[in-house]
Amino acid sequence: MATVVPLAEAVAELVHDGESVAMEGFTHLIPYAAGHEIIRQGRRDLTLIRMTPDLLYDQMIGMGCARKLVFSWGGNPGVGSLHRFRDAVQNRWPAPLEIEEHSHAGIANAYVAGASGLPFAVLRGYRGTDLPAHTATIKPITCPFTGEELTAVPAINPDVAVVHAQRADRRGNVQLWGITGVQKEAVLAARRSLVTVEELVDELEPRPGAIVLPGWAITHVSEAPGGSHPSYSAGYSTRDNDFYLAWDEIGRDRETFVAWMKEHVL
Amino acid sequence: MTTDLGTDYTSDEMMTVAAARRLRDGQSCFVGIGLPSTAANLARRTNAPDLVLIYESGTIGAKPDLPPLSIGDGVLAETADAVVSVPEIFNYWLQPGRIDVGFLGAAQIDRFGNINTTVIGPYDDPKVRLPGAGGAPEIAASCREVTVIVRQSRRAFVERVDFVTSVGFGSGPGDRERLGLRGSGPRTVITDLGILEPDPVGCELVLTHLHPGVTLDQARAATGWELAAAPDLRETEPPTPDELAALRRLTGR
Repeated sequence: MATVVPLAEAVAELVHDGESVAMEGFTHLIPYAAGHEIIRQGRRDLTLIRMTPDLLYDQMIGMGCARKLVFSWGGNPGVGSLHRFRDAVQNRWPAPLEIEEHSHAGIANAYVAGASGLPFAVLRGYRGTDLPAHTATIKPITCPFTGEELTAVPAINPDVAVVHAQRADRRGNVQLWGITGVQKEAVLAARRSLVTVEELVDELEPRPGAIVLPGWAITHVSEAPGGSHPSYSAGYSTRDNDFYLAWDEIGRDRETFVAWMKEHVL
Repeated sequence: MTTDLGTDYTSDEMMTVAAARRLRDGQSCFVGIGLPSTAANLARRTNAPDLVLIYESGTIGAKPDLPPLSIGDGVLAETADAVVSVPEIFNYWLQPGRIDVGFLGAAQIDRFGNINTTVIGPYDDPKVRLPGAGGAPEIAASCREVTVIVRQSRRAFVERVDFVTSVGFGSGPGDRERLGLRGSGPRTVITDLGILEPDPVGCELVLTHLHPGVTLDQARAATGWELAAAPDLRETEPPTPDELAALRRLTGR
């Protein structure tokens, strides 16, 4: 059964140096508050897994938390590049960053396999692209029934998954709605999990389209109102598109970036 | 406003309008962010009011008032017919070939319509690290057809892409079949200079339309391979006042 604990305590207990951490939320419900807490606690050598690294991983990479990035689309959506990610790959700043690069379909299926207790997933994907030549976790596989050649990716089973949701009750049952991305799969694929929520409530009212992660499938829940900003939590906030546009300048220059992090996160 | 083409619209506006016209009413369209999203949203306001917009965030049938900045803005979920998870949008909706048109952008595109959005230069020591694949490889593989919108220049239109992120026709005829890609591949490439379509036999992208005021020499100068023109090379119809007004309402101009 999930226990409700303060965010700093949850991160200290669940996120360890050198481990793999999946922080999901597809544009919506990105767990910024938890990521910032990981940065403040000075975690190092993490394998960061996330379909769309977004500004959150740009910040974590720039602050030196990551040794490796597993991802499928590393841009600032609708704006352009993630400059800290680019600087790490092109110039090894602040540290070399190993990358394991996929497509969205590939990572999504790897999470599904992880959540399903399977060693790998099969998809129609990657065929003819240059990705398999550079990513060891993409392999051809022959269908044993039809002989058709398809693609396999190994399951992703992160040491810890971190997601943000709209609300939870005091027993740690979590409710989230809107764009649900791969959060459910990431939590169920992980060995440990942390869910930050906008609000703790006495009773979860049913909501059309909402999914519920039962408390017994989660390790810790922490209250973090506004914890998805500058992404958003449907029903609580809207995406701060102005901030995503402004990040292009903040993230572009190393000193501007570090100064911003010192002022707003550390 | 007068532009360097001497027209009352820009070359980007011509490109977006030409792209929107290619989408047919009632089709389902898997929309990439940026130029494709603007054009698909324009089509919904002009020639294709019942176009079904599908974004990789899992929003099916989104009807945003304005083009979203990201593929997951709240307005997409609020206005969608259905919101599904990311594994579901790729596995149940895209992979079986249910979606008519994949609408993609590109950093580089080559003569066989292969797209690069990954790196410029060598993969292990890139000159420019681009965002990467996202949903594009499987969109390019599985949609019934693909439309690409990209500004034409020698930097973008190259003989051979530095990295194949999404397959067009590979190295030429027969490659898509050999690879088991079930969609028909890129049928239309719309640029700020004109429109290219694959040669039905050789699969190479050939210029079929020039936008008003653009010459064949200009298009060739902006292409990194020996660009062939279709025998019946035509001029694109300029944007109508209604199309321009609808586009400018969308882009806030």
